[in-house]
Amino acid sequence: MASPTDEILYDHNRDGIDRRGFLRCMAWAGTGAVCVLNGGVLTSHALGAEREYSLKIPKGELMFVQISDSHMGFDKTANPDVVATFQAAIDKINALPVAPEFILHTGDVSHLAKAVQFDNVQQILKAARTSEVFYVPGEHDFVGDDGQQFRERFGRGGQGAGWYSFEQKGVHFIGLVNVANLKAGGLGSLGAEQLEWLEKDVKHLKNSVPIVVFAHIPLWTVYPDWGWGTDDSAQALGYLKRFGSVTVLNGHIHQTMQKVEGNVTFHTACSTAFPQPKPGAAPSPGPMKVPAEQLRSLLGVTDVHYKKGQHALAIIDSSLG
Amino acid sequence: MQRNTRVSIAGSATRMAALAVLGLALGGFTGTASAGENPAGLQITIDNFSFAPATLTVPAGTKVTWVNHDDIPHTVVSEDKATFKSPALDTDEKFSFTFVKPGTYTYFCSIHPKMTAKVIVQ
Repeated sequence: MASPTDEILYDHNRDGIDRRGFLRCMAWAGTGAVCVLNGGVLTSHALGAEREYSLKIPKGELMFVQISDSHMGFDKTANPDVVATFQAAIDKINALPVAPEFILHTGDVSHLAKAVQFDNVQQILKAARTSEVFYVPGEHDFVGDDGQQFRERFGRGGQGAGWYSFEQKGVHFIGLVNVANLKAGGLGSLGAEQLEWLEKDVKHLKNSVPIVVFAHIPLWTVYPDWGWGTDDSAQALGYLKRFGSVTVLNGHIHQTMQKVEGNVTFHTACSTAFPQPKPGAAPSPGPMKVPAEQLRSLLGVTDVHYKKGQHALAIIDSSLG
Repeated sequence: MQRNTRVSIAGSATRMAALAVLGLALGGFTGTASAGENPAGLQITIDNFSFAPATLTVPAGTKVTWVNHDDIPHTVVSEDKATFKSPALDTDEKFSFTFVKPGTYTYFCSIHPKMTAKVIVQ
């Protein structure tokens, strides 16, 4: 198998920009890679390649796992057992040869923001071999109470609707909330208060500090007809333009997608609960029903490896199957 | 194995694209109903992340009921977020509101705000 760092490497804008600072996305399925390139955008599913990959991880590296859209409480035909698939994701994390520093959950933790649904997720995550779990909410976590319960359980003392930032091994992580105060006909929204906070939050940072932004709804326009984008994300990304390496991790669309724009790499993760159709490939973004034996190959977890000294985040999407 | 998976998805996507045409046709339907005349017309259905009819015209005093046929929860919330606001409606759950005052009431799903529609009360 090729060295992971030799893989990918797509030039979305065909602008010839040095890609060393960009996303490196590798995907394997069993014995081979399943990388589908479409219009410069890579969709990937990987199967149990962590072991080979981790052997090549040098010391001084940060590794974390992104999980998303657990939709605890969903019980329809697309996946009648979201507990089992969420558990499978955690098992997969626990089988990693190196425990991740932490886990990021990019929202839609619950299906209907019910206490029992949050309880289930917290209970299952207790068994995860990692030190911390960081959350940002999805719109489903804000049903009924505008996220009050979510903030009580998962909040990090953040401001406003619960946004916050933290540092890990020289990387600046920013958890944004783009599911609060949604307007009729609109997309995801950050709002003036959060944008102002973001501008201040990164002001003191040197251009060389790697930035990882995580939020539920994509901060790039994936497919506005289905609400797959954030109205005021351009302003947020404007504040991050000067940084040499910015990685944006999102959920919401229940499938992996990547895009590179300048020094910013966008990445969406699979759901651990049910897959959604590709943009425009169905009448609505409702749960995609697939044969049971295929379901787990469309769900997953994302490992992110950060190599100190080189501003590259390698992202591996692993399916559960 | 993986390749087969992909091919199968592409196949179902094509079928769903065909359904999309039907969905659009329904979404564009504009209905008019009056109380007592056609009770079925006072129901607004949610299918494929769309309210149908997208515009419903009713006389003042009419009770309108929404029913969610999707396997994803939706809400029914007036644009001002104050006039009416349903809890999350799971599959086949209903919400009703009686429109007393004439006017145009634009509403949306607060979970999927791209879903908008209106009730015109005469």
